[in-house]
Amino acid sequence: MYVNPRLEQRVVQSILWLFTAITVFILFYIIFFILKNGLPVLNYQFLTTNPTDMGKSGGIYSTIIGTIALTIGAILIATPLGVGTAIYLTEYTLESKITRVIRFGSECLAGIPSIIFGLFGFILFVTKLKFGWSILSGSLTLAFMILPTIIRTSEEALKSVPYNLREVSFSLGGTKWQTVTKVVLPSALPGIVTGVILSVGRSISETAAVIFTAGSALRIPTSIFSSSRTMAVHFYILAREGISMPNAYGTAAVLIIAILIINITAYRLMHKFMKKYS
Amino acid sequence: MVTTNRMEVKNLNFYYGQNLALKDINMGIESNKVTAVIGPSGCGKSTFIRILNRMNDIIIGSRVEGAILLDGQDIYAPEVDVVEIRRKIGMVFQKSNPFPKSIFDNIAYGLRINGINNKGEIIDRVETSLKNSALWEEVQDRLDANASELSGGQQQRLCIARALAIEPEVILFDEPCSALDPISTAKIEELINELKEKYTIAIVTHNMQQAARISDYTGFFLLGELIEFDKTEKIFTNPAKKQTEDYITGRFG
Repeated sequence: MYVNPRLEQRVVQSILWLFTAITVFILFYIIFFILKNGLPVLNYQFLTTNPTDMGKSGGIYSTIIGTIALTIGAILIATPLGVGTAIYLTEYTLESKITRVIRFGSECLAGIPSIIFGLFGFILFVTKLKFGWSILSGSLTLAFMILPTIIRTSEEALKSVPYNLREVSFSLGGTKWQTVTKVVLPSALPGIVTGVILSVGRSISETAAVIFTAGSALRIPTSIFSSSRTMAVHFYILAREGISMPNAYGTAAVLIIAILIINITAYRLMHKFMKKYS
Repeated sequence: MVTTNRMEVKNLNFYYGQNLALKDINMGIESNKVTAVIGPSGCGKSTFIRILNRMNDIIIGSRVEGAILLDGQDIYAPEVDVVEIRRKIGMVFQKSNPFPKSIFDNIAYGLRINGINNKGEIIDRVETSLKNSALWEEVQDRLDANASELSGGQQQRLCIARALAIEPEVILFDEPCSALDPISTAKIEELINELKEKYTIAIVTHNMQQAARISDYTGFFLLGELIEFDKTEKIFTNPAKKQTEDYITGRFG
């Protein structure tokens, strides 16, 4: 069947435009919907007072603190592990069976549903190691969950540093470690930071892995062994148990604004990084 | 002649896996002279010069046979520290490759990683290296500027300054002018000519006129073999081998 190529081109272009429009519309509608319902309850008081009456009234202060504590914990654990692994894979080994197995393993880790991480963290950290529902258990679980992202983005960042810069360093009598720390890492840093920031976004919004491991206590955590509730978990419980829809939306609005800010920052950094090396 | 050779290559074979890339190379690199290596693309000249400071160590499945002596010591001997060898035998690469750092830090880097931390000494040596690489006049009032702001020719002279700063004994040049315009090339050639007073120099070039202009000795490589090695004058006026003559008269390559 003959179709006029010009007509075909037009039709295809319109369909592709429509697909794009739908995607963007859905994204903006979600943001709009959350903000429309959430912004009315948002005020200084909401951010700075603790929830009272199971969250029916009061603010979300303790859940903000809980979220920050868990995220910082997860980043502190996952960054050295992830960046270290990436440095090992790109700088210290040549492409081989072992590196492929490591890489495959980390990709698989990325594909595991977060609730499985939650269950794993519950069994290992909460019960077996007796950390209980705590910031520590939650951070460790989140750390394993974001590890693949950090490894992958760090690896990409390290690989994008031109090989000849390493060669120069070697030719000047530099050791491998000097070359990595003084030449490669500084150049790769923006890329690595981007990966870490994206992981912050994932940690903040995670629910399933956290509810099993950090618990859902509404108190402000006092140590790494305190149980704590994150904003995402708080939102889930408020909505699931029908405690207070306005407060649930308020929490969601704070969450979505935080994530938007984080992603925009990461995107900006990435952009800057790409410009520097292309 | 043997006594003044700073480096000596003896019965060198180099393998990439099963592939014999360089066959039974023998040549000397004389002190305070410029030794050029010429030949068509793929003849092994870059591979050869990179073997002289062990830059090919990292290639998997590569193997070196024979001996490469620096002041009588085999640089491939097991007890030799490769870092120390590279400090003594500097290298300037084909593509100018300054670090994404300031002009000053580019040169200071080599000093710092080699344990020189005295600020005054670093400042002195940065200045000396820039003067020796004929770049000082052009950059003295903007040492803090990023090296990427320099022109291609200036960047290459910065790379030379960086190599000079750690005071090597030998400097290897791997086609240093292949990406440069004629004026920048002339500057670098002039510089190499001055540098040979203090250093021993080996240079790979695909530009025969360049070899003829700046070198004292020339080796002609073809398909991994050193066809002829002699005084540059002899190679270019009265080559002993037919292949050399064919190459320098432009019959192939």
